[in-house]
Amino acid sequence: MSFNWRWDFTWEILPRLLLATLNTLIAAGAGYAIALVLGLILALAQRTGWRPITVAVREFVEFIRSTPLVLQIFFVFYVGPQFGIRLSPWTSGMIAIGLHYSAYLSEVYRAGIDAVPRGQWEACRALNMSTRDTYVRIVIPQALPPSIAGMGNYLVGIFKDTPMLSVIGVAELMHTANAIGSESYRFLEPFTLVGLIYLAISLPTAGLIRLFEGWVRRKLGM
Amino acid sequence: MDMSAYPLELPEGDRPMVRFMNVTKRYGNLVVLDKLNLDVTEGEMVTIIGPSGSGKTTVLRMLMTLETINGGVIYVDGKPLTHMARDGVLVAADERHLRKMRASIGMCFQHFNLFPHMTALQNCMEGPVQVLGLSRQEARERSEELLTLVGMIDKKDQHPSRLSGGQQQRVAIARALAMRPKVMLFDEVTSALDPEVIGEVTNVIRKLVSEHNLTMLMVTHQMGFARDISDRVCFFYAGKIEEQGPPDELFDNPQRERTKQFLSAVKEAD
Repeated sequence: MSFNWRWDFTWEILPRLLLATLNTLIAAGAGYAIALVLGLILALAQRTGWRPITVAVREFVEFIRSTPLVLQIFFVFYVGPQFGIRLSPWTSGMIAIGLHYSAYLSEVYRAGIDAVPRGQWEACRALNMSTRDTYVRIVIPQALPPSIAGMGNYLVGIFKDTPMLSVIGVAELMHTANAIGSESYRFLEPFTLVGLIYLAISLPTAGLIRLFEGWVRRKLGM
Repeated sequence: MDMSAYPLELPEGDRPMVRFMNVTKRYGNLVVLDKLNLDVTEGEMVTIIGPSGSGKTTVLRMLMTLETINGGVIYVDGKPLTHMARDGVLVAADERHLRKMRASIGMCFQHFNLFPHMTALQNCMEGPVQVLGLSRQEARERSEELLTLVGMIDKKDQHPSRLSGGQQQRVAIARALAMRPKVMLFDEVTSALDPEVIGEVTNVIRKLVSEHNLTMLMVTHQMGFARDISDRVCFFYAGKIEEQGPPDELFDNPQRERTKQFLSAVKEAD
């Protein structure tokens, strides 16, 4: 076994990998955006108090959380067409990953909303506020700061899960590194670079999330 | 009692500000209010006292529609609170009716329940702007006036976390008053306060009693305060009014055995 790192090869493939990183960021960002919105809808739907809805949503969340992400990606991409839903690898991938993480984020929101003291809800009712105003103006702003840490974890999580999209041919970072390896028979440099790129993005993100949490808390005077 | 026995509205001339008519509240098998009948006339200050678990806080919470009703009807200003007329009988009210009725009632809580992410002024302005639809300018003027009344205008830009309990409670009173309720409910508003700041809150309530013609219902453990400011004191026991009357009569000359026991137990604790 010999360890020979080739710098010339490293510089040669770096631009291609950085371009693929952009794809990874787009996939993670879009998937996260879907998850943020859908997760909130799922969390609020579980609070409607209308049993058919709460049970259905609850089961949906449990189902998503109990099955592998790869399966869900395959399902959207390969099984979707049988129901007439024909989507590109990109769209399928982002829908699958967004759906998957929405289930986790809904739990984060739920915990955040549950942590808002009952007295706050009662004060809203005593002020005769509408349900919408109660959520938008009072409950969600207070549920947000304690949720940010969990939301941030899943942002990093979704980013690290994007390689799964390579299984349906989305040209993200992992897929590109693998392609480079197959073309050149050199795997050391591409996969090492992939690791370093992930590290270089994940670590500062976690720090930024902590800063953001502090900023939100100050902004809300809490 | 059949719902058809309850009038859709109270007749002119027999319209107290608040009327509990055979009101029952249960938690599972536990009966908290047992066919309660209670009238509060306009401008009256009624204090509810009694041992814990006697249902006194439940009376206020039901008036604020924080609890569902299991029997009977509550009328506010002659109209049913948690019921509405349909085909000539009273049925459970929908959200629209509840919101219309809730507008007459304001409440202050034991733990203040101020919104922590808003300043004192923003807390007071929230209802007038979002619910009553006042302009920010009007809401600000109204709120500042009330914060002045409760002696909190200097702290109007502070968040609740920067205020003492007594200060928070005074802001909470201003916030409730900003909605211009006809009936104000005070639910053990001094129970969570340090002894040295109780006075600043009771003084605000005294001022309201002497200067404003508000109808008020108060639950308190402070017998001296209840005696000073109430028009009437109701002693609750096991979900019913055991005895009621003007404060001097009830405190100096209680008729019922349970009232005597309770008052002497409270006196000993003092």
